[in-house]
Amino acid sequence: MRMRNTAAAAAVALALAATATACGGEKGTAGDKPKGGEVYDGSYTVAKDVKLDSPTLKAAQKRGKIVIGAKADQPFLGFVDTEGKRSGFDIEIAKMVAADLGFSADKITFKTVDSNVRETSISKGQVDYYVGTYTINDERKKQVGFAGPYYQAGADLLVRKDEKGITGPDSVKGKKICSIVGSTPLQEIKKPKYGAKTTELSKYSLCVKQLLDGQVDAVTTDDAILKGYAAQRPSKLKLVEKPFTEEPYGVGMNKNDKVLRDAITDSLEKHIKNGDYKKAYVGTLGKSGSTYVAPKTPLPRY
Amino acid sequence: MNVLLDHLPQFREGFLGTLALTAASAALALVLGIIMAGFRVSPIPPLRAFGTAWVTLLRNTPLTLLFLVAFFVVPQIFFPGTSPFVLAMVALGCYTSTFVCEAVRSGINTVPLGQAEAARSLGMSFAQTLRLIVLPQATRTVIPPMSSIFIALTKNSAIAGAFSNTELFNVSKLLSDKGFAIGWIFLWIALCYLVITFTISGAFRLLESRLEVAR
Amino acid sequence: MSASVLYDAPGPKARIRNRVYSVLGTLAVLGLIVFAVLRLNAKGQFAPEMWEIFNNAGVRTSIRDGVLTTLQVFAVASVLSLVLGVLLAVARLSDHKPVRWLATGFIELFRAIPLLITIYVLWVLLLTYRTDLGLTGDSTGFWALVVGLTVYNGSVQAEVLRAGINSVPRGQREAAYALGMSKTQVMTTVLIPQAVRAMLPTIISQLVVTLKDTSLGYVITYQELLFQLQQLAGNIVVNDDNPYVPVIIVGGTIYIAMCLALSALATWIERRGRRAKTGIPVADAAQPLTAGDALETADLSAPEQPAGKTG
Repeated sequence: MRMRNTAAAAAVALALAATATACGGEKGTAGDKPKGGEVYDGSYTVAKDVKLDSPTLKAAQKRGKIVIGAKADQPFLGFVDTEGKRSGFDIEIAKMVAADLGFSADKITFKTVDSNVRETSISKGQVDYYVGTYTINDERKKQVGFAGPYYQAGADLLVRKDEKGITGPDSVKGKKICSIVGSTPLQEIKKPKYGAKTTELSKYSLCVKQLLDGQVDAVTTDDAILKGYAAQRPSKLKLVEKPFTEEPYGVGMNKNDKVLRDAITDSLEKHIKNGDYKKAYVGTLGKSGSTYVAPKTPLPRY
Repeated sequence: MNVLLDHLPQFREGFLGTLALTAASAALALVLGIIMAGFRVSPIPPLRAFGTAWVTLLRNTPLTLLFLVAFFVVPQIFFPGTSPFVLAMVALGCYTSTFVCEAVRSGINTVPLGQAEAARSLGMSFAQTLRLIVLPQATRTVIPPMSSIFIALTKNSAIAGAFSNTELFNVSKLLSDKGFAIGWIFLWIALCYLVITFTISGAFRLLESRLEVAR
Repeated sequence: MSASVLYDAPGPKARIRNRVYSVLGTLAVLGLIVFAVLRLNAKGQFAPEMWEIFNNAGVRTSIRDGVLTTLQVFAVASVLSLVLGVLLAVARLSDHKPVRWLATGFIELFRAIPLLITIYVLWVLLLTYRTDLGLTGDSTGFWALVVGLTVYNGSVQAEVLRAGINSVPRGQREAAYALGMSKTQVMTTVLIPQAVRAMLPTIISQLVVTLKDTSLGYVITYQELLFQLQQLAGNIVVNDDNPYVPVIIVGGTIYIAMCLALSALATWIERRGRRAKTGIPVADAAQPLTAGDALETADLSAPEQPAGKTG
């Protein structure tokens, strides 16, 4: 008899979970597709019998899957839609490199790694390599190895459409700016030269929501990322378009695996030359309003 | 080489951050908790229902979810532009207030019925009964659980680290990202927390013994 | 409501006053809710499109996967924490000083450190020694979360059980020894069964805490329910805004439903326990701190019992 209470409560919990499967019709807008139609989803020629003296690669070959760290909340760069499909420029770069290492798209396991655990995740080998708007700098080079840069971004400011006060990095004194803990633009904008007040969250998407709600006055990070957010919400957000730092994006990996680093650098150069890079760029970042700039080759090696 | 000495400013900042957040949320939790306890023992049904709903809802929700509510729902309803510190305080304070409420309520319930009846038959008003008879006795029963509640609060404040608050957990993650041995960081951070929790339990023990004398 | 400490049964005047207060109170509470709903509505959070998202198959699958992952972590962690709890409780009551000290140290350490930090540190450690431990893929996150929950909740459960063991009347233990039972026999056949029975509601309340704490997995980007919810809310754009409010409401409901189901179990067991007469009181499920993430939960659960050492 008394069982009934318990059972009822349990049933509620179960029912909620079960509705998920029970009537999972395709109806209903998820509204999660980036504006501007489908993003480019390329396929690349997969190299055969790759033999490299790289411990990371050998481990990946042994398990038959390569684990790539990526972002999941950056439209046009690294994004997951409600069906769990990944898309974006970084995802394309990740696939190009994987193809040259001998892994086709179905042999890739993408793993969402938030900015605030990137270093830990990469240096401890949770992922084989990481493609996710990862700025190359000396501080990080102590922790991880970098191949690239494959893209040159610059920190910019994202503001609400009706914002008039913020016209560039020089007009943010006393304003509230949101970014990710420890990100480079944040360190920059905090300096007395600019004098902004900062809010530090763990994801950019959280920052964007705070901006929409009026909790902060601007979001700062690389323009490539911001353009994606602005393109998703054209009636509410806009970019200031005054970049104030240089953010060269690299592919992050184990610091000591020089063989892998060189192989990835080779792969990036190859795809920049054969046009895959441009196609991927135009089909992803190009749609959110970034103009194509050919990256400088040869890429630096160390 | 020594993580603690090299990064003393960060540790200090984190320590003070945890302390400030704990103190502020404790104050809020105390006020809210007592009000809610008042609701739950009041003779007015809707207020009782509100108190019960408050406790049931907040206690069965993960604190992290409450943080999301505080950061993304509360500003839309009330004061937009509130600082992260205040929002974190709201989340922690509301969550902890449910525990305070239950402790206070059971404290009030431990006062023997006859005493209050005697007080009323002496002609004391409701306020007098509460102030002179019930609360002094309830306080003594409430003190020990309160100590554990605030210790739990101290630990829960770590969650605020992911929501733009500088506190100890934040420091530990920052240093670990810089590549310092996690073991040592862990040890120092643990020590910091132990200092705070021991201070709290010590203070409450002192308070308890003081009240004991008054009996 | 029956007689209360605070007020007598209301007379005619008080009844009218109470009725007035009732109306005012209802209005105040309703007003607050209406105000909140109106404000959210003004921000477009109750627009039908915002709620349409739950009709999407992908969204549902994500939520379902999140619920399943959360339950999976909870299932493993709760079983392990109970096992660890028994071991630690017995160790803390051991006759051997070093064992007692070790158990006490373990319990005190992990109860004092925020679980969030424990989980994070375990994750980093597991990642570092991943290959030695033979962990692959997502299992590092899973085990970091499970082990973190286990050591913390195990420590709390140990204290609960210890209080339960101490609440068994002394005479029973003495009688058992007098019958010639060994220490192990006394523990496993006399003390622990009764301790578990007496403390069952408290133990289950702690399990509710375990369930809630699975949400701390967000710190190591483990894809449990809360992580999924955050990702959904952040990635879906409706009317140029994110559906945080609908997602939080739905997510909160799921968590509350799961926790209430567990709590209901605790209450049911408590009521059932009351029927049997063993002379050992069953702990009150509605006790304020039984849900205790609190440090001294156990000491409170059986305040009348001296925390004496055995032997």
